[in-house]
Amino acid sequence: MSDPENKKPIDDVTGIETTGHSWDGIEELNNPLPRWWLWSLYLTIIWAIGYTIAYPAWPLINGATEGLLGYSTRGEVAADIDAREAANAERNAELASADLATLSDNDALYRYAVSSGAAVFRTNCSQCHGSGAAGAIGYPNLLDDDWLWGGNHEQIAYTVRHGVRNEDDDDAHYSEMPAFGEILDKEQIPPLVEYVRSLSGLEFDAALAEVGADSFADNCTACHAEDGMGDPEQGAPNLTDAIWLYGGDREALTHTITYSRFGVMPPWGGRLSEAQVQAVATYVHQLGGGEADPDPVTD
Amino acid sequence: MAETPPPSLYAAREPIFPRRVSGFFRSLKWWIMGLTLGIYYLLPWVRWDRGPNLPDQAVLADLASRRFFFFWIEIWPHEFYFVAGLLIMAGLGLFLFTSALGRVWCGYACPQTVWTDLFLLVERKIEGDRNAQIRLLKAKWDFRKWRLRLTKWLIWLGISVATGGAWVFYFTDAPTLLRDLVTLDAAAVAYISIAIMTATTFLFGGFMREQVCIYMCPWPRIQAAMMDEGTLTVGYREWRGEPRGKHRKGARAAAAAGTATTYVETNLPEADQGTGDCIDCMACVNVCPMGIDIRDGQQMECITCALCIDACDDIMSKIGKPRGLIDYLALEDVPPPKESPERATWSPRPIWKHVLKPRTILYTTLWGLIGAGMVFALFVRSDIELTVSPVRNPTYVMQSEGSIRNIYDVRLRNKSGEDRLFHLSLSSDETLRIELEGSNDLSVLVPANETLLQRVYVTARRQDPAASSNRTDLRIWVEDVEAQTRASTATLFNGKGE
Repeated sequence: MSDPENKKPIDDVTGIETTGHSWDGIEELNNPLPRWWLWSLYLTIIWAIGYTIAYPAWPLINGATEGLLGYSTRGEVAADIDAREAANAERNAELASADLATLSDNDALYRYAVSSGAAVFRTNCSQCHGSGAAGAIGYPNLLDDDWLWGGNHEQIAYTVRHGVRNEDDDDAHYSEMPAFGEILDKEQIPPLVEYVRSLSGLEFDAALAEVGADSFADNCTACHAEDGMGDPEQGAPNLTDAIWLYGGDREALTHTITYSRFGVMPPWGGRLSEAQVQAVATYVHQLGGGEADPDPVTD
Repeated sequence: MAETPPPSLYAAREPIFPRRVSGFFRSLKWWIMGLTLGIYYLLPWVRWDRGPNLPDQAVLADLASRRFFFFWIEIWPHEFYFVAGLLIMAGLGLFLFTSALGRVWCGYACPQTVWTDLFLLVERKIEGDRNAQIRLLKAKWDFRKWRLRLTKWLIWLGISVATGGAWVFYFTDAPTLLRDLVTLDAAAVAYISIAIMTATTFLFGGFMREQVCIYMCPWPRIQAAMMDEGTLTVGYREWRGEPRGKHRKGARAAAAAGTATTYVETNLPEADQGTGDCIDCMACVNVCPMGIDIRDGQQMECITCALCIDACDDIMSKIGKPRGLIDYLALEDVPPPKESPERATWSPRPIWKHVLKPRTILYTTLWGLIGAGMVFALFVRSDIELTVSPVRNPTYVMQSEGSIRNIYDVRLRNKSGEDRLFHLSLSSDETLRIELEGSNDLSVLVPANETLLQRVYVTARRQDPAASSNRTDLRIWVEDVEAQTRASTATLFNGKGE
């Protein structure tokens, strides 16, 4: 331009054009951005608008716009789960009818049973038995070698399927220890406690235990057996071992004898699929305490 | 007074037409381009026999089975520290080279530079050199222009597809993938990767070029902090070249005759003529792929490709002046002012003094130590390995006879190409017994090239000290019975405590 007034403002020191803005004599240099940068900004804006049309975005009073693609994270998870279930359908069918005693011969299916059983256990069983299966007072520890209702594969699967002392399943394990507070005199209970303690090698009062031995023979041996070894057929605990479901101290034993205990486990047969029951039984069996399976009956 | 219209805050890209140049650095760059592109395109096709069950591709990042193969080296996911070590070495190497030689990475080895160079070569072969390209830009879109442009773009696109295609071969068996790609049987991710790499190569090499370096790459800004006044970098000897002036034939014979005895005297601007060595021929500017003038001094845009050195040396020898007006130089190497008596005896510091300085020595030492450590770690790696995770939920299990049991999740790795029988045992000062879940004889078969999770029980009898103490040290051993190799890991046994 010929008009000298219209010349670009130039900074004296750097020789770079200024924007013409001046604050207290300090001028702003103009180092222009590349124009494609501006275009890429517009492109991202257009992209963002397209995105909000295609995907759920704009919040409304009830929920948000759904987007033309009909995408939702819930739907994606549901599709994922369906895909996994479809992929596992064959293995689950095989597992549902498998003989658990010989399952470990089929390495791939056994590993599948253990890992899917672990998932089933954490979701459904850990609330009572603990995430590490160590149990709690009144909830059996599944890691040890002590089993109330038997610890081979079939016995574990049966307990999972039908539960214990529940009213929902006619095949549930059932037994009931009487509350001996209503049967025995109050003075008869402390000697019984001492005798029971003597059975499992805990420290005990010998004189009282001798008295307690008689009432044990009269009242307890029907279920717990004469030697106190218990009876897995009735879920009667072994009193001679080191494991106490409700505690082995005098207070806990007195409470158990006086009021009895009534531990309940729901049946899982209806809630879990047969494959899941088999899987979780396999998982529990390999936690450390699983008992040997009986030899198959041969004709 | 009229209002000045506000200047635009955005500038369109000025097209750059680097002129062809020849010389030492140009040849060096051709060799480096051939080498790097050759490695990139051909490496996935190199075969390496690892025996059965293992891939025979020399370099393979097998993401699906989580293995990285590099010739005789196989990296498992838990050995990712090797990759981290390599990255640290790459970083330190970059520091070392930048502190000693400036932006040599940018100038010679950066993919953006190498592929742009390749695209420029194609452009020059089809459209001609700088002047022809400028004419073509201004020409109307007639048949010839369309033909040249389309040919160029097609060749660029071919290179881009090959570039994107080579990338995916690093991630799966190359011959199989190539067949699948052609028959449209390859995974979608392969096609998407190729499409993205093709698009970026085409765009960055053909059209974005120096814009990538100036506006998209963080490296030019980072490197400024790594260079110092002793760093050898591409620069202009201003004291020699200024003031610039047009070349006049025959005026500088004295200098060329070599009668001078000292460095400065040889290179001394002829003060009586009032001009320096720079004849303002613009050769350095015309060959620059970044479109800058190196005579303006160090600038962020300069990728130190050294082509201006070749261009200027060519001119200098034509006019009978010493080479090196534009050269690899250290910024501190400036002679004293003309009036100073020391100028006569001044000479630049030798190159080794610029390169050997505490920083570069430190970088080299660290680089070497890490490298030696990694090589050592690589050679002491065993074919068998174990990691032991004690199960701490619960810390211990009491068995019915009163013994105390701890549970361990032991991961057994068989890195050999065949199934191996591993035997487990333990050593401890206290009496402890080891058992395996699902195995009666302390042996377990670990499949080839796999990790097996084995549940291991360690038990202390009721009367053993370990049962009642808080913690007992123990070591779990795994032995490959056949190969007679073994490994061990120390861990703890938790008793009932006090």
